Amino acid sequence: MHVVYPVVVSALLFSIGVYGVLARRNAILVLMSVELMLNAVNLNLVAFDVWLGDRLHGGQVLTLFVIVIAAAEVGLGLAIVLAVFRTRRTVDVDRLRALAEVVRTPEPGRPDGEGAS
Amino acid sequence: MTSQAPGLWPPSGPEVVFLLLGAVAVGSALLVVTTRQLVHAALWLVVCFGALAGGYLVLTAEFVAWVQVLIYVGAVVVLLLFGIMLTRAPIGPSAGLDSGNRWAAALVAVATAAVLVTVIVTGFRTAYAPLQPGRGAAEPLGASVFRTWVLPFEALSVLLLAALIGAIVLSRTDIRGRE
Amino acid sequence: MTAVVALIVLLPFAAAVAGLLATRLGTRDVRAEDVRTRGVGARDARTADVGARAERAAYRRAAWFAIVPGTVSAALTVWLAAALARGTPATDGRFWAELLPGRTEGTLTVVETGSVPISLTLRADGLSVLAGILVVVVALAVQVYSVGYMRDEPRYPSYSAFVSLFTSAMLLVVYAGDLIVLYAGWEIMGLCSYLLIGHWWEDRANSRAAVKAFLVTRLGDVGFLFGIFVLGLSAGSFRIDDVLRADLPRGTLVAATLLLLAGVAGKSAQVPLQTWLPDAMAGPTPISALIHAATMVAAGIFVVARLYPAFLAAPPTLDVLGVVAAVGMLGAALAALAQDDLKRVLAYSTISQLAYMAAALAAGSDRAAMFHLVSHGAFKALLFLCAGLVIHHVGSNLISHMGGLRTALPVTFWTMTIGFAALAGLPPASGFFSKDAVLSAVEHGTGPAQPLVYASALLTVGVTGAYAARAWLRTFFGPARIEPLPEPPPGVAHVFDGREAPPSMLWPAGVLAVPALLLGLAGWAAGVQVEWGPAAASLAVALLGAGIVYALWRAAPEQDPARLLGPFRAPCERAFYVDAAYAALVTRPVLRLARGVVRTDARVVDGAVRGSGRATLGLSGLVRLAQNGNAQLYVTGLLAGLVLIAVAAVVLT
Repeated sequence: MHVVYPVVVSALLFSIGVYGVLARRNAILVLMSVELMLNAVNLNLVAFDVWLGDRLHGGQVLTLFVIVIAAAEVGLGLAIVLAVFRTRRTVDVDRLRALAEVVRTPEPGRPDGEGAS
Repeated sequence: MTSQAPGLWPPSGPEVVFLLLGAVAVGSALLVVTTRQLVHAALWLVVCFGALAGGYLVLTAEFVAWVQVLIYVGAVVVLLLFGIMLTRAPIGPSAGLDSGNRWAAALVAVATAAVLVTVIVTGFRTAYAPLQPGRGAAEPLGASVFRTWVLPFEALSVLLLAALIGAIVLSRTDIRGRE
Repeated sequence: MTAVVALIVLLPFAAAVAGLLATRLGTRDVRAEDVRTRGVGARDARTADVGARAERAAYRRAAWFAIVPGTVSAALTVWLAAALARGTPATDGRFWAELLPGRTEGTLTVVETGSVPISLTLRADGLSVLAGILVVVVALAVQVYSVGYMRDEPRYPSYSAFVSLFTSAMLLVVYAGDLIVLYAGWEIMGLCSYLLIGHWWEDRANSRAAVKAFLVTRLGDVGFLFGIFVLGLSAGSFRIDDVLRADLPRGTLVAATLLLLAGVAGKSAQVPLQTWLPDAMAGPTPISALIHAATMVAAGIFVVARLYPAFLAAPPTLDVLGVVAAVGMLGAALAALAQDDLKRVLAYSTISQLAYMAAALAAGSDRAAMFHLVSHGAFKALLFLCAGLVIHHVGSNLISHMGGLRTALPVTFWTMTIGFAALAGLPPASGFFSKDAVLSAVEHGTGPAQPLVYASALLTVGVTGAYAARAWLRTFFGPARIEPLPEPPPGVAHVFDGREAPPSMLWPAGVLAVPALLLGLAGWAAGVQVEWGPAAASLAVALLGAGIVYALWRAAPEQDPARLLGPFRAPCERAFYVDAAYAALVTRPVLRLARGVVRTDARVVDGAVRGSGRATLGLSGLVRLAQNGNAQLYVTGLLAGLVLIAVAAVVLT
């Protein structure tokens, strides 16, 4: 088995995951894309484990660990998505703009309560 | 390893199988990130994960393949489907699943793919791994996990516990943060 | 003897310090004590009265501070003159060597400057004492006169202190043995003239006149300072003796003396820097007397006489001086003929008479120049003090408001008559002898400008007679035109209801009348030659001018004899539009430049500052567009950057 084949497949999967993370609005779809990226990593790990013939099976064991972590991540991520959905009634990533700087438009006579918080 | 390696073309039998499975995985992954229906995306994800599990089998990583099927296809995708339902997503096709910076995303993704594939092809063109059946079976892997990797394994169990508690705290509405 | 010289200079200075600092020391205590003893209830009613009493006390004390040191200084000067008269004559003596042969010089200390040292030196010789006597006598007369003239002036203490400082500075110039010391006194005089001309600064015109005097003389002083530098640096010493003894190349001397001449023209109000002097009439009249007779304008002529060997060695400078004098004397005399303001008549006559001295210097006779300086100092101070008396009485500066004052002011009439006679050069008044000395010096002068100077001088004699006669006739004869002003405008002395001014004002005028009348005879007796032929000719010219004016006045006493100038009257009254020309050529371009600079500052400099701020805000607005809170966009940027770095790493390594 040439190493190039699985590794190239993994690179393509990773890039597709990147596209999904960047382009999808729905938070659950973003999570799915993250899963794609994790799987690409897994495939990579397995391919190099086979190539190196590691006696300790480091690559495959690490793959197992990544799968476990991915499961935990999906659980937590969905919990967060649900919490966001409860408060905002939406899971569209590009409508969650709380990171933006509050642009103050100074209005005379009224203290800007929003900017202070 | 590389000295007695056969040429890159024509591919051997396992390689052909792997390439077919990889094509399925990549194609379904593309459908995951482009489809207009949320539920379809989840289902295509199942196809992708299944194809990958097949790929693991070809690569002699049997245990990882089964774990992949059990956890990803069995647990993760079900969890995602639950999430889709709980966020009251529409079942049919919906228009606005792609955000505004779709083209920027495509550009970055293509660039990433180009860089990665270029680097990989340049670096590993001649790398060859002879497949040994049974190497990734449950027994040697289990022995390795519980001998060499037992400490990370335990740490990971603590991580899982923390994730469990976190998920519960996040999803329960009657637990409130400090005002 | 040097100590005496130092004392002469320092006494007026001490008087100035005391006048500024000590006059009100006790009076405040008196006021506070009065208020305390009288109780609280009566305080408001009494405060004004107490304040007035404090003012009177300060006034009396300032008067004492002003007069006593001046008197002592005058006495010491006389003693110094007597001491110098007993001295042994020097071999290379100048014109004063026969009369006052002695000399003394003392150095307090030598200031090492790194290059040419400055020696704090005072010296006294015949020339110094001659000028020194003039200064102290006129200053004393002015101080005594001011006691009466400024009786109701609330700022009298500072006024008299500045007069003392002025006197001290002029004495420093006179007795300086070092060019830098001389320059110090020279500049202090500029400051004092500014302070005193602007004494009634409440009126905007007065403060403007003060600023003008300051700036115009300062313009000349720049040249003066550089002239000193050229002389001192090339001679290797600032001591006057060393400078005069040094064998300097002719080019250096010409450059240095021409630069000095700029300062002399500024201080002595010669063409082209003469414009400040008529405006300086905005000051109190005693100040005009002081400036015109003894201090400010005399300093310029005195410095030329002091450095005369240097000037003699630079004939081009003397030629320039001669042309300047020729233009100045005739122009100023014509301007004086057309003025309606009595003080301005005298001011232009001062410029004219100073031009006489400059002409004598240009012709090579410092003796005649100094003679005329002293006699002019006496009669011009007398004329100004008398003009002050007249103005005091009439309440106006304008000749057209005067007339028929002969009977109302007999003492003033007689003293001023002596002054005008001396001004016009009528024997036996001092002006006759000194002016004749100047004329004969100019007649025997050399240089390419000599014919011009001589013709101008002769013409000016006639014009001088004419304007003196005009002012005399219009002031003291003819119908009375007094129109008592209800309230004097600021800048004009109070109207007196008495017939004559108080004795403190009459006495100085009377005392000054004696030298104005007899100084020429004394000079003649002391050995100044009189060439009777030219003297008679000049007398005839002067009488001719006076006679024409008299004839015109006789024909129509109501009208101004200045009408004989015909169409030239307006230009003469405006002093040939020099002020307007300067305003158009210098003032307005400078103002326009200043406005341009202000506009450039506001638009370009401030604009750049504000614009950079605005540009930063705008650019940050652009950057803020990227900061829209969309996490996906951030991640896109992050990954794109990562890819770029990876590509760069791959490509570059």
